[in-house]
Amino acid sequence: MRLTVDHVTRYHYNQAARSVVQSHRLSPSIFAGQKVIDWEVTVSGGTRGAAFRDGAGDEVQGWTVAGPVSELAVRVQGTVETVDLTGILRGHKETVAPNCYMRATTPTRADAALEALARRAAAPDQLTLAHALSELVADAIAYRPGVTHAHTTAAEGLALGEGVCQDHAHALIAVARVRGMPGRYVSGYLFADADGLLHEAAHAWAEVHISGLGWVGFDPANRCCPDDRYIRLGSGFDAQDAAPIRGIARGGGREEMDVTVAVQQASQ
Amino acid sequence: MSQFNEMYQGTSVRSPYARLENWVAAMPQELRSLKQAEAEALFRRIGITFAVYGEGGDPDRLIPFDMFPRVFAAAEWARLEKGIKQRARALNAFLVDVYGRGEIIRAGRIPARLVYENEAYEKAVAGFVPPKGVYSHIVGIDIVRTGPDEFFVLEDNCRTPSGVSYMLESREIMMRMFPELFRENRIEPVDGYSEMLRRTLASVAPKKCKGDPVVVILTPGHFNSAYYEHSLLADLMGVELVEGQDLFVDGEYVWMRTTEGPRRVDVIYRRIDDAYLDPLCFRPDSMLGIPGLMDVYRSGGVSICSAPGAGVADDKAVYTYVPEMVRFYLGEEPILNNVPTWQCGKSDDLKHVLANLPELVVKEVHGSGGYGMLVGPKSSRDEVERFRAKIVEDPGNYIAQPTLALSNVPTFVEEGVAPRHVDLRPYCLVGERIELVPGGLTRVALKEGSLVVNSSQGGGVKDTWVLAE
Amino acid sequence: MLSRTADNLYWIARYMERADTVARLLEVGSRISLIPSVHGYRSEWDSLLQATGIADAFAKKYGDPVQRNIESFLFFDRDNPSSVASCITAARENGRIVRTALTTQVWDALNTAFQELKALERQPRSELELSRLTEWVMRHAAMVRGAIDATLLRNDGYNFLNIGYYLERGDNTARLMDVKYYVLLPRVDFVGSGLDNYQWTTLLRAMGAQRAFHWAYGGEVTAAKIADFLILNPQAPRSLTTCVAGLANHLGRLAKSYGRETEALAKARELFAGIEATTTDGIFEEGLHEYLTRFIAEVATLAHAIHASYLSGEMR
Repeated sequence: MRLTVDHVTRYHYNQAARSVVQSHRLSPSIFAGQKVIDWEVTVSGGTRGAAFRDGAGDEVQGWTVAGPVSELAVRVQGTVETVDLTGILRGHKETVAPNCYMRATTPTRADAALEALARRAAAPDQLTLAHALSELVADAIAYRPGVTHAHTTAAEGLALGEGVCQDHAHALIAVARVRGMPGRYVSGYLFADADGLLHEAAHAWAEVHISGLGWVGFDPANRCCPDDRYIRLGSGFDAQDAAPIRGIARGGGREEMDVTVAVQQASQ
Repeated sequence: MSQFNEMYQGTSVRSPYARLENWVAAMPQELRSLKQAEAEALFRRIGITFAVYGEGGDPDRLIPFDMFPRVFAAAEWARLEKGIKQRARALNAFLVDVYGRGEIIRAGRIPARLVYENEAYEKAVAGFVPPKGVYSHIVGIDIVRTGPDEFFVLEDNCRTPSGVSYMLESREIMMRMFPELFRENRIEPVDGYSEMLRRTLASVAPKKCKGDPVVVILTPGHFNSAYYEHSLLADLMGVELVEGQDLFVDGEYVWMRTTEGPRRVDVIYRRIDDAYLDPLCFRPDSMLGIPGLMDVYRSGGVSICSAPGAGVADDKAVYTYVPEMVRFYLGEEPILNNVPTWQCGKSDDLKHVLANLPELVVKEVHGSGGYGMLVGPKSSRDEVERFRAKIVEDPGNYIAQPTLALSNVPTFVEEGVAPRHVDLRPYCLVGERIELVPGGLTRVALKEGSLVVNSSQGGGVKDTWVLAE
Repeated sequence: MLSRTADNLYWIARYMERADTVARLLEVGSRISLIPSVHGYRSEWDSLLQATGIADAFAKKYGDPVQRNIESFLFFDRDNPSSVASCITAARENGRIVRTALTTQVWDALNTAFQELKALERQPRSELELSRLTEWVMRHAAMVRGAIDATLLRNDGYNFLNIGYYLERGDNTARLMDVKYYVLLPRVDFVGSGLDNYQWTTLLRAMGAQRAFHWAYGGEVTAAKIADFLILNPQAPRSLTTCVAGLANHLGRLAKSYGRETEALAKARELFAGIEATTTDGIFEEGLHEYLTRFIAEVATLAHAIHASYLSGEMR
């Protein structure tokens, strides 16, 4: 499927910032499931900084904006050709050892309830187990925007029984780890078609490491594995670690942010 | 437990200390007190004071300085030096490996869990090989002695070992106060350290650096207990001493704010923890650090010494495997031995530890400075039992070692001269070359019988001599 | 040099100069209080507090200006950022931060002052005579200044120290004069009276310039002579013209060594040209108070320019 993305993040500082530094993971991952046709990230008034591919295989690009900065717009525009690999992250070059993702972070730490949830799944192999865990998470946390926030933990999300894709992903990472499988957070885009998929175009899901198969994506929010409607950007321990844009403004007072994302199927 | 006295063997004096016997005998009590006061005044005047975290009190506390030197013969040092360099090489090979393919783990020589799930393992630098393949540029190795030829490594410090200023200043002060000792004994100098350090740091400049690398020392600031050391080293090397606020990222490089405008920085010798380097990478809640630094580092725009992530090599649980690293990477037998260590995280080891607690020294895996530590033989039954409960609660957090009979060196005390326990921290520099100055920091437990040499707990320092051949 | 280092050096100088001024003020105060006056000594002391701009802070903490409390407040009180103790501690702390930019002698002078201050603080106040304290401050201020002049490399750091000294000193001289005119002498009919002269003499004494003044001018002490001496005379070490010339000189040296002229230098030169073109008649025509107020404001603008041009680290 050929998908186009137009993603704009606008920042407004109530006092002009002396400078802004950002670190982006806004380039589509390089693996067999997706191919970039064209892709461009622009930062208004910004200077392109350091660029490299990190150990997890993500393209990282730094940006600096010299002050005074009152307004800032980060725009991502591009086209990607995607293929359905049923969630399998084939051909993705990375050096981080999967074991690394056995480490819990605050949002992905399993409490007793998450541990209990994890134990409810029974399966003959890791792949089936991961599917079962994803289903359990989807059942346990109903999709409902607005009840959780950026710092809600997996344990809190489960206790609430409601949440968004971030909460689903954190919970799945937690339960996978309980069952001895490394899990990680993935951020990306989702093309919401007419099938009634949850329409969060800026999306997030989880990947679970399956022995012998490697990393496999699971999207409990949509009860499926990422297919050709998904564009993968980057991964991390949790939402914060996998954030596509991280930034700091020096002396900018209060920051307001406004995001618009449009993902569409390209007319061939 | 028989204890090795480095000066006396029975009634005879061991040769490295031969000329010190008369020196101390010829020094009347009044002169000694005078000299001691002089030394203290010198320390205070040059401002070499230190503060202990969380203790409050006088921020300008002096570390006790003992004038009785600790002496190594040339041959003793030669062996130590070989062992130290070997260990520093192996530790760096390990770091490059575990942030790369992890051969030692694939070979089953060290458990994956211990490395990859370690708090000190930085995912952010996986896949990155720093210039010259060096992660730990200053390796401080804590060594204790139990006999004429028995040396054991207590722990490795791969991040930012401190204390080298005491090595340098102790020597300065001894030379000022007792010039005759330096005429009578042929003592290897240690003042080459700063130039050696500068050379080491310059040798790991990033590939994008053209011309003479600009080196800086990054300090947490003047409230830090080791600030004097940071400023001394900056001064001796002729480099700027910067705080996070003095540096910023613009484009692909790191710059410092100077009165003439921004100046590019190539090598940062940092004396702050990984967590405070870059809020974009490590601590989003922290306003400390230099936003964007890690991106510049990873793309080869600046070098950071020690490299972020080096801490995984000096973890106390990983320590157990250092001899294995020497064998695996260097194909050599370790020259310096580890202290036998039980990992409470292993059930067999835990059983042994709990059964023999009153005889053991137990440490927290991530603790430092002698805190969170049990010295079994020196503890009351109550203390032992309280510690037992802590171990049982979180065994993986503790390691245990036998109580070693640390060597003694004569030390000036109230009543005259008496033996006190010592350890040794030499500073091995790793860059294009591996070097160390002949000497180090000798810490001495000033309390009679005490085995704790940490300055925060009643320890002092001595000048450390290595005699020329 | 690091902007922060330059900033620390600049503040070492400003704090040491400020400590010196405060000590001199204390001495003046105690002297005035020995002489009966129409106001009684209480208001004299009050005028001193006005001079240092801390009258409100003092009133809040102590209420009435009792000599003993004023001494404590101006000398020992850490709640008063301009007290001798606060200034010396701050100067030494700034020095500790930039230890490597100082010579051993300069550090020694700063550190010794601080260590002795701590010893003084431990002594019972009843054992401490005010004259001994003020002399002590002036001695240490001179030792630091002397160590700087005798041992420091004449590099940019030396210029920043001197910029701090001249800026603080110019500001202090202007303020002291203004206090004399407005606070010590509230009634116009005193002008030219014996009391007026007495107060001017005391002011000169505070600046350690009493004898120098007589050598230079001789005869009766008049407001015009004083204004000429403290504002326009380039021989007087604390005159405004000396301070501004020093600022222009050291900013000029910085511009030369950095190969870059700054707003700060332009501002200092402008200020200097203004003083050069000034006469005592002109000053009294404008009104001494008005003139000094304008000068103080211009010095503040210059301080901002120095910060922006060199110390802030925001220059490109």
